Amino acid sequence: MTDAVTSAQTPVVSMDAITKTFPGVKALDQVRLDLYPGQVTALVGENGAGKSTTVKVLTGIYQPDGGTIRIDGDPVRFAGPKDASAAGITAIHQETVLFDELCVAENIFLGHAPRSRLGLIDTAEMHRRAAALLAEIGAPFDTYTMLRDLGIANKHLVAIARALSVDARVVIMDEPTAALSHKEIEELYALVETLKSQGKAILFISHKFDEIFRIADRYTVFRDGSFVGEGKIAEIDENALVKLMVGRAVDQIFPERTVAPGEDVLQVVGYSHPTEFADIGFTLRRGEILGFYGLVGAGRSEFMQTLFGITRPSKGVCKINGAIRVIRSPAAAVGNGIVYVPEDRGKQGAVIGLPIFQNITLPSLGRTSRAGFIRLAEEFALARQYAERLDLRAAALDQDVGNLSGGNQQKVVIAKWLATQPQVIILDEPTKGIDIGSKAAVHDFMAELAAQGLSVIMVSSEIPEVIGMSDRVIVMRDGRIAAELSGDELTPETLVRHAAGITAAPRLQEA
Amino acid sequence: MTRLIPLREMILAGAILGLLLVIASRFSGFVAPGNLVNVFNDTAPLIILALGQMVVILTRCIDLSVAANLALTGMVCAMINVALPELPISVILVIAALLGALMGAINGLLVWKLAIPPIVVTLGTMTIFRGVIFLISNGKWVNSHEMSASFTGFPRAEILGLPVLSWTAVLAVLTFALMMARTPFGRSIFAVGGNPHAAVYTGINVGKTQCLAFVLSGALAGLTGYLWVARYAVAYVDIAGGFELEVVAACVIGGISIAGGVGSVAGAVLGALFLGVVKNALPVVNISPFWQLAISGSAILIAVAFNARAGRTKGRIILKSADTSS
Repeated sequence: MTDAVTSAQTPVVSMDAITKTFPGVKALDQVRLDLYPGQVTALVGENGAGKSTTVKVLTGIYQPDGGTIRIDGDPVRFAGPKDASAAGITAIHQETVLFDELCVAENIFLGHAPRSRLGLIDTAEMHRRAAALLAEIGAPFDTYTMLRDLGIANKHLVAIARALSVDARVVIMDEPTAALSHKEIEELYALVETLKSQGKAILFISHKFDEIFRIADRYTVFRDGSFVGEGKIAEIDENALVKLMVGRAVDQIFPERTVAPGEDVLQVVGYSHPTEFADIGFTLRRGEILGFYGLVGAGRSEFMQTLFGITRPSKGVCKINGAIRVIRSPAAAVGNGIVYVPEDRGKQGAVIGLPIFQNITLPSLGRTSRAGFIRLAEEFALARQYAERLDLRAAALDQDVGNLSGGNQQKVVIAKWLATQPQVIILDEPTKGIDIGSKAAVHDFMAELAAQGLSVIMVSSEIPEVIGMSDRVIVMRDGRIAAELSGDELTPETLVRHAAGITAAPRLQEA
Repeated sequence: MTRLIPLREMILAGAILGLLLVIASRFSGFVAPGNLVNVFNDTAPLIILALGQMVVILTRCIDLSVAANLALTGMVCAMINVALPELPISVILVIAALLGALMGAINGLLVWKLAIPPIVVTLGTMTIFRGVIFLISNGKWVNSHEMSASFTGFPRAEILGLPVLSWTAVLAVLTFALMMARTPFGRSIFAVGGNPHAAVYTGINVGKTQCLAFVLSGALAGLTGYLWVARYAVAYVDIAGGFELEVVAACVIGGISIAGGVGSVAGAVLGALFLGVVKNALPVVNISPFWQLAISGSAILIAVAFNARAGRTKGRIILKSADTSS
């Protein structure tokens, strides 16, 4: 232990005052991060805190706008991923970047395979060195195995072996346990210990507090792209770490809402899916905004897709206005007044190639048609009505939607849904990746919809937004409802605690 | 409706007119009204099939089985005529369209329910359909003397100076133009090809729409099968061999994006007419018909390169300086 402390005096990698700006968003603002040899540093923060951007800066994918990266105390500049890799920094990503149709040894040495005198790949030497690496990390398969025959956990091992093959000094693990089973996670922990004992510096990114406290030696906390604290794991507890993470008061301004929710519109009872979620039940009232919070992968979007009829539940009942409705297709959902604005911009996007007005009326053509033919005048009137309501700025409604700006395209998409006159609108991460000003506009609009009697389900991973906008919040964890919160219970701490599954909550002990 | 005749179609129409002028400057007889009617009539099957292919390509699929479908339906119609010479032509027409639609439905269901790539499905059914012709005919020809006069006479019968075959093409063009512009189904075809994910969330069943596109394509191929066999008064295994590629070529030349979602009825018709004019003009100007393949091929490459250039300018403006300067 004393050994680790002395070596901890000099970080292998030191990021200082790193700033990275994207148009409209300051992703990183003067952050610092130190990684020490033989130690695991956990990088902690909410979604959007800047963790992924930090990894990309560290691996040379992004170039910082300001600040210094030092390796062994010497300032360096990474012009690209190759430079970072040459400096001994390697990342193991959430989705491992490997090739299914190549064997394990080829995956490990792709791009830097040992060469024979003729310049050809020295296959024997490659397999020999790969076998040595696999033995080092205790991998239970040989170097000739095709990658596609390996499970996700073993693919991680290959990725780690690849990292070791370039003589990495810094290993970045970005949510490495997200897709692993309990047993596989234990094996990964053992491997992390091995890497530590070899003196590698490890950056460990995770949302799961149990694993942070299990394997990390140090922590660094980011919040909204800024550095907020660092220290030794041994000197902090879960509650203090949560406080650091969500720390500030909700500083964004959210619209005032006065309308009291009305009668029940949507009732979901016992919705289950064979693999994604189980036993989801809730009631949504008229004019209410119901938030769905949870970590990425908690099953929120999967549940919403089932509610919308894209996938089918294995069990469960859905009632709309008190009557049981079987929703087996998106068309049935739209017909029953439920619409879904998905998270993915590409998916929710407009149909390029169709003019604006045809995009708006696409799901509502039944209402503007007589005897199977579209009435162009009625169609145009419907499109104009909703374009005006959303203050859509376009030269003409028959211009191609592809010529509009991103913000106006989004208005077209929302107009499209409102034109169906829905009762329930599901918004999946409605403000993800948009700047503060546009966020406020989306929030105002959501409040306005609710005030007009529309019921809103908002899936969001941003704590301020969840707390600021929702009347009630359902927290999901591992495919189940972990808590339903409203009023005073709705604090950043309780949200994070339920989402991450932290049981020892001092608040509850007090109560 | 500003997009009724978009720029790309205008350019293609101009190219066809230019081609006619060049030919007319040496052989004025080619542009005589009577000859133009012949050229149009000769191109009619290509126009009809290009319409069906257009719908299929718009939904991000491709139908390579149209020519085999045409040949099989044509053979079946010819054999029915031999067996039952008294059967009215109207019944034959219905049978041809239904049989063609059935074959299209096989393609469509395989694409929809088994999610097999359309190019694989239709490559397979193309071979199967040709094989079935051989099986039912034992490889024998059905010749003109075996067919009834009304059977062979129908496509050649003239109404207002235009043969029924041509009128069928005109009717198909008008029907498809109305369908694409004015029905929810037509709209959903563009949506499925333009952004299938968004289409799903809009409540459009992507697979079903693609399946229906194949059914339409098949029905048109079947209908053309009868007209083809009756017009040439012969049916055998290999009729319209390789015609499917000509149909796809007409669509591509007509500006229908092979990536789906972009294209128009006018484009498909003009693409077919371009190929039709080239094919009919070459013998007149004394160029070997073998050149036709090279010319069609060049036209395809030019059309695709042209469309790719047109599409490229639509990129997002990422550079701030570029945004402010524009």
